[in-house]
Amino acid sequence: MSAFTALLTRDIRLAIRVGGGALMGALFFLIVVVMTPFAVGPDLALLARIGPAILWLGALLASLLALDRLFATDHDDGSLDLLMMGSLPLELSVATKAIAHWLTTGLPLVVIAPLLGLMLNVELKATGWLALTLLVGTPALTFIGLVGAALAVALRRGGLLLAVLVLPLTVPVLIFGVAAANAAIVGPAPFGPPFTILCALSLASLVLGPIAAAAALRHGLE
Amino acid sequence: MPVIDLANPTRFLTVVNRVLPWLIAATVILFAVGLFRAMNAPDDYQQGATVKIMFLHVPAAWLGMFGWGLMSVAALGTLVWRHPLADVAGKAAAPLGAAFTFICLVTGSLWGRPTWGTYWVWDARLTSMLVLLLLYFGVLALYWTAEEPGRGARAAAILSLVGAVNLPIIKFSVDWWNTLHQPASIFRMGGSTIDPAILTPLLIMALAFTLLFVTLHLAVMRNEILRRRVRSMRLIQARELHA
Repeated sequence: MSAFTALLTRDIRLAIRVGGGALMGALFFLIVVVMTPFAVGPDLALLARIGPAILWLGALLASLLALDRLFATDHDDGSLDLLMMGSLPLELSVATKAIAHWLTTGLPLVVIAPLLGLMLNVELKATGWLALTLLVGTPALTFIGLVGAALAVALRRGGLLLAVLVLPLTVPVLIFGVAAANAAIVGPAPFGPPFTILCALSLASLVLGPIAAAAALRHGLE
Repeated sequence: MPVIDLANPTRFLTVVNRVLPWLIAATVILFAVGLFRAMNAPDDYQQGATVKIMFLHVPAAWLGMFGWGLMSVAALGTLVWRHPLADVAGKAAAPLGAAFTFICLVTGSLWGRPTWGTYWVWDARLTSMLVLLLLYFGVLALYWTAEEPGRGARAAAILSLVGAVNLPIIKFSVDWWNTLHQPASIFRMGGSTIDPAILTPLLIMALAFTLLFVTLHLAVMRNEILRRRVRSMRLIQARELHA
């Protein structure tokens, strides 16, 4: 357990202290949301209708952009090799890194989502529901992205390759995230089914993502 | 000769070279029969002659999905047994599967124009085939970026397995998202709803497409084995020049 907390606090500290990595994702999220009205026009009724979709898409892109740093810096300075030789099973340490990554990049997105929702003319009461869908959905994005990040670092590539690998796999998360958000805001479909499926996607990727990512690192970095 | 002997790349090459001409002949004959039967099949009372696109569209869709299945089986061979032939099989299946998926999408789009009135609709089945194509592109991207074949093969194997877990979920979620495409009508409880006059040519075409896939797959595998030999020979040569 101490190894787990040590790794968790190390990663969180690094994310907060080095180069403003944690807030960069939230800033990007804000900019994507601000750019949308310029593209589709300032029509408030239209923005209210596509608001949940824009917020989910923005959150998806923001968490995708941050994935690059998940393993790359650790690989460059050699601490990834130490992790692979350490006492913690690689699956667990990879999962720990993903949790720390979500706490520093996913959680800020959830926190500012209600504010951005107001800018898109989503009702105040509904912004809470919207943030709730992001809260349970973004971990799935991080843990699916974890696999892509591990594959990319094993091939010493990143950037666009990561996006090409990860984005198609996140289709279900996007569908059920937006479906749940829309159900909460405009209805008439019930909120429960898409929301619980979203939870299931997060839990399943929490289990399967670290296994696949650890396999990718083992096979790629030997 | 026991099947296990095929695991040796050199023996595999001899067997492939012996079998390939027969496979090519069988594919050509089956395509001739299938296309002839398809052309003579009765027109649909609503869709007219455009229903004949189905004879290309449906087998291509099946093989697009079959390609991913083949890649997943090969991925197990790569990750569990580290077998180089499994690497080659997986790598050969990726572009083929992508090509058949692409054929399925193009024919589907051409079929959609006269029947649905538009080249593209965001219907559930079309969309999940499109996502499948994107996943194929991801695997191909991995092969392109890997500098060393073995490393690329292992990375692609992991992605294939992750995709194999994900594909049913994607299919299910896209179905939830939108449904316009007709439900499955060939394999279902209570027998097929397609008339035998159309079903028989369809099955012949499906067999012909499968043989085409197998033929191409074996040929691509042979080429890949030879390509790897050339590569390692070049590396040895470069090392000797350097020394």
